[in-house]
Amino acid sequence: MRGKSKAKAIDRIEGEALLNIYYNERGDPSKATIEVSEAPRFFEKLIIGRKVQEVPDLVSRICGICYSAHQIASIRALEKALGLEVTEQTETLRKLLAYGGMIQSHALHFFFLAVPDFFGNESIFDLTKEDTRWIQWGYKIKSVGDLLTELIGGRAIHPITPTIGGFKRRPKENKLKKILKELYEAREVIKKCVDVLGDFELPKFLKKFRFVTLTSDSEYPVNRGLVTSGLDIKFPEDEYLNHIKEKEVPHSTSKRAYLNDGSTFIVGPLARLNMNFDKLNPVAKEFSETLKFMSRCDNLFSSHLARVIEMSHFLEESIKTIEELKIRDENLLNYEIKPSIGCALVEAPRGLLFHRYEIDKNGRIKKADIITPTVCNLSSAEEVVLEYVQSIENSSDDTVRNICERLIRCYDFCLSCSVHVENIYTKHK
Amino acid sequence: MKANRLKMAVFKLGSCSGCVLQLLNVGLPSLLKFINIAYFPLLKSKNVIGAYDVGLVEGSVSTKEHVMAIKKIRERSKLLIALGSCACFGGLQASEKDCRRSKPDYRISVTHPIDPCGIDEYVPVDFYLKGCPFEGEELITLLHALSKGAKPYFRERSVCFECKLQEIPCLMEREKAPCLGSITLGGCGAICPLMGKPCEGCRGPSSDVNLSSTMESFSDFGIPPEEFFYKLRKYAGKAFGSAKLEG
Repeated sequence: MRGKSKAKAIDRIEGEALLNIYYNERGDPSKATIEVSEAPRFFEKLIIGRKVQEVPDLVSRICGICYSAHQIASIRALEKALGLEVTEQTETLRKLLAYGGMIQSHALHFFFLAVPDFFGNESIFDLTKEDTRWIQWGYKIKSVGDLLTELIGGRAIHPITPTIGGFKRRPKENKLKKILKELYEAREVIKKCVDVLGDFELPKFLKKFRFVTLTSDSEYPVNRGLVTSGLDIKFPEDEYLNHIKEKEVPHSTSKRAYLNDGSTFIVGPLARLNMNFDKLNPVAKEFSETLKFMSRCDNLFSSHLARVIEMSHFLEESIKTIEELKIRDENLLNYEIKPSIGCALVEAPRGLLFHRYEIDKNGRIKKADIITPTVCNLSSAEEVVLEYVQSIENSSDDTVRNICERLIRCYDFCLSCSVHVENIYTKHK
Repeated sequence: MKANRLKMAVFKLGSCSGCVLQLLNVGLPSLLKFINIAYFPLLKSKNVIGAYDVGLVEGSVSTKEHVMAIKKIRERSKLLIALGSCACFGGLQASEKDCRRSKPDYRISVTHPIDPCGIDEYVPVDFYLKGCPFEGEELITLLHALSKGAKPYFRERSVCFECKLQEIPCLMEREKAPCLGSITLGGCGAICPLMGKPCEGCRGPSSDVNLSSTMESFSDFGIPPEEFFYKLRKYAGKAFGSAKLEG
């Protein structure tokens, strides 16, 4: 067999993509591509000429799942450009917003997209007949994440209140304390879920991955930190573009990112957990022992466990933060418009998210650059799929295709986020 | 009961997936009593391609491939529902007239972008659920009604009206903030003004719109006409019908 095998649509991922495997003369797999055909929406061009204060709302619409991360990244990048230092309270509330986003996004992926694979089912709704627990657990955790986002951001999807210099409305302290009850319940749900998962045997796909994440001396990082690549390389967020290169490929509307030496790398929960294992909340750490997740873990399928452990971690951190929280009245910070440049890196649920803006003298966007975690992971996923199909005998088989899809699902792609090609040339007849 | 469940399909065109997520958030399992999910690639494998009672579409028609897809979706769906501002009006990606800016330095083979627009530019739509994101309760009301063969009733009142009902201090009066609440269709409970942010018109025009006087108030606040027209286009594409005023 030579040429290309029939392209297979990848289900249960966010967005539209096909998987292609190419074969050489000898019939061996020689290349695997993930063809992203998701429509590009040209956000980096859309926001040119817009006022800085509009940007967080606009970029939120890049993604219907990790909107909070896009808002926080853009706000922080613009604040850096404008030379604004926000209050400690704003930082804390932003952290809670990020935690809410992590919890809801991980719950969506783990319970709704990944769990059906554990049972060989088509969807979580088929599962309900045999085992209704998963869907109830999924909804419980997801709704707690949404509730947290709603309380801090004013709305569960595309929050309203986060803005440059702080929040348009601060949450009421008594309302925040009220959701503690829900958070305690979610904590119990995770515990049950971990008990069941402890007896579960996940498949293995081992590879020496290059992890790139934020790290911090003081905490498990979400909204800021030092970029750490592999074991030894650390650098501040401003140098991010010096270390990675983005490349456009003809078979996809999303770009691919590589390290400077051309090698692939991964971002996201598996990378984050491995690199920040010692900063985990004690409760989450205990769960990771039950789940036999130890740093360093190179099994790609353990990404699912990493999501569960992170859900627990972010729940515990939210509980701790809200229990201690006292909301003070404070005004939005004022700022002066000046031509400047600012960038920020945050940990979105799927990994490193980079925003960079150039502002002109009228406070309008001159240039924008956004690098999403899915762009970083796509090149690694193509490599992983190729390695897998090369390792087995008959790779045209349907079951093999299913395993390829499962490997791809480990990355929790968000393709809507990733389609950032800037220029498209279509052949005119 | 189960035999009469509506066969539902969920499609995504150019969008952020937020509306599909909203669909999940409003409690999909509780809807399963009267709907049967036949096609929903985000949530299930082995999707059924065939005829559906209800087709839900998120996203704007943004590529040549979408044009073909939406026509097929229309053929297969007895009722077609546009989900969210992108499907209704084209959404944010339709706010700038030309951002494709083709440059012959990069060629892509998988898709062919066109100017984004709402799905009703190509096919007739039966129901519109407007907003960015749409309101979950409106979808539940709609699906409930459809499963019983009834036509749902949505009140046509403005965001401004809903804002007043809640006695929210007027952002235009107090802060001279450019708020589109008076000309925007309500149903959202005036959530943005409630959170201290002026209405951005994401649900499109209400039944009674006075564009020229709104434009005047905006220019009193120092918002020039071109900025005003941008705001109208921002989420709602051509829906406000500002083209005539714009000249």
